[in-house]
Amino acid sequence: MLEITNLEKRFGAVAAVDRVSLTIPDGQMVGVIGRSGAGKSTLLRLINRLAEPTSGQILYAGEDVSVLRGRPLMAWRAHCAMIFQQFNLVNRLDVMTNVLLGRLNYHGFVASMLKRFTPAERAFAIRALDRLDMAQTALQRADTLSGGQQQRVAIARELMQEPKILLADEPIASLDPRNATIVMDALRTINREAGITVVCNLHTLDTARAYCDRIVGMFKGAVVFDGSPSELTVDAARAIYGVDGLDEALSESVTSTSIGPATGATVPSRLAVA
Amino acid sequence: MTSEILAASAVDTPVGRFERHRAELAARRRRATLVYAMLFLAALAGSVYISNFFPDRLAAGAPKVGDYLYEILPVLSAEHLFADTKTEGSLAYWYFNLPKYAQLLLETVNMALFATILGTFGGFIMCFPASHNLAPNSWVYQGFRRVMEFCRAVPEVIFAILFVWAVGVGPLAGILAIAIHSSGALGKLFSEVNENVDHKPMDGIRASGGSWFGEIRYGVVPQVLPNFVSYALLRFEINIRASSIIGFVGAGGVGQELYYVINFNFYEEVSALVLMVVATVTCVDLLSARIRHRFIGREQLA
Repeated sequence: MLEITNLEKRFGAVAAVDRVSLTIPDGQMVGVIGRSGAGKSTLLRLINRLAEPTSGQILYAGEDVSVLRGRPLMAWRAHCAMIFQQFNLVNRLDVMTNVLLGRLNYHGFVASMLKRFTPAERAFAIRALDRLDMAQTALQRADTLSGGQQQRVAIARELMQEPKILLADEPIASLDPRNATIVMDALRTINREAGITVVCNLHTLDTARAYCDRIVGMFKGAVVFDGSPSELTVDAARAIYGVDGLDEALSESVTSTSIGPATGATVPSRLAVA
Repeated sequence: MTSEILAASAVDTPVGRFERHRAELAARRRRATLVYAMLFLAALAGSVYISNFFPDRLAAGAPKVGDYLYEILPVLSAEHLFADTKTEGSLAYWYFNLPKYAQLLLETVNMALFATILGTFGGFIMCFPASHNLAPNSWVYQGFRRVMEFCRAVPEVIFAILFVWAVGVGPLAGILAIAIHSSGALGKLFSEVNENVDHKPMDGIRASGGSWFGEIRYGVVPQVLPNFVSYALLRFEINIRASSIIGFVGAGGVGQELYYVINFNFYEEVSALVLMVVATVTCVDLLSARIRHRFIGREQLA
């Protein structure tokens, strides 16, 4: 269980994340929505500790991870994997090496500097890539892949970390609808089959409603909505996106990032606005 | 057209605001250019005065340059040109010391090569903590910057004198001296390359639980390596020149012989040796430049 209490991140006078408290049970798939600049990315970076909280606490399984330093901090980062809007792969390395980088935390200095990975790890990496239909690209350089392929490589890297939590920061914002569906389906499969908690920042309502068990809405750094997709009414959406932003959020839902699951669950009805 | 623009700039329209802003910026740039031009001219005048770079002195000195060049020219006679080393006026007489020179030049090239390898290694180690964007904290950053500055600010000859005193006369002293200077110079260039890297791969590795070393090894090194290789090869060209001079203080290579023949006024030998040094430096330069360009070309295609 991930327990966030009064988490705050200030940049000067601006609170990017403003006293956020959330409790996320293991195995949940959470969608964080809000306008650009609402603090969604900062929240995820605080959880992974890429950003330092100004105040507040993050507990995982009772352990305070917001005060970790050195090795334990790196181990925590390995346990809560993160994928990025821009994929953040190492372009000049091949796909296989990029995926194996997810194991860096499990090796000592010499082995990690010399690219010494075990055959078992290589096998794990190939299976992870294969599950994402990317095994045939294993020896290609990462920058030869399309955006959607790169994001799948990034997911394979995170799987290598054997994470307990998967944080996804706008994972589909740079992708076309087909690739966006593939990536979101992959995240949901990971969540359902491996029981890994997924916290996913999304720009649009529809995607969040289609894939997530729970939706957290942020506005100017604060959590203004926290509930199931069915509880997300027009009024609630207005609180998240603002009156003028609501049209934008909904109109975006009919453009590139509006996607639903490829199979299985029924495509949810669009949020009706008068 | 122009009058239209002028009329527009007087009123508060987007065009007017843009034109006024542009005029302000241009005026500011003109003022800055003027100030810097004056500073530059003052510095130039100062250096002319200090170095006595005056036309009359130059005119008086020029014939002496010609005299020296005339003195070191070999006396060659057409009829004996291909005669043996004992005959005056033959090429062989001029280059009687060829085997010794060739061996010294080989030693010089070897010194440069080894010093470049050591210097590249040193620069590589120091450049990461000395990069503004990669250093773990400002103490480490400042520390490595200062060490690198020291390494490249002290002239190679000074290090050479120190090492000749410490490890004795010979190429080892020269290699160490040039390596230290190279590591400082390359470290600075490398760190500037580092400061332009894309940070997204590093974020990815840090978020996966990688250490600082992991970020450097996989997030930075793959990005910067082609530039590092290019700079190291350029440094090799520079070090060839450095290692042919450093023997003046007994640190190995051809420099010691050069110093000897110049000081003892063995005029013909000066020209023989200098020509060989020039030929060697040119050859190595061309070869290294070729490798470097080939490497850059291949990188750009990849």
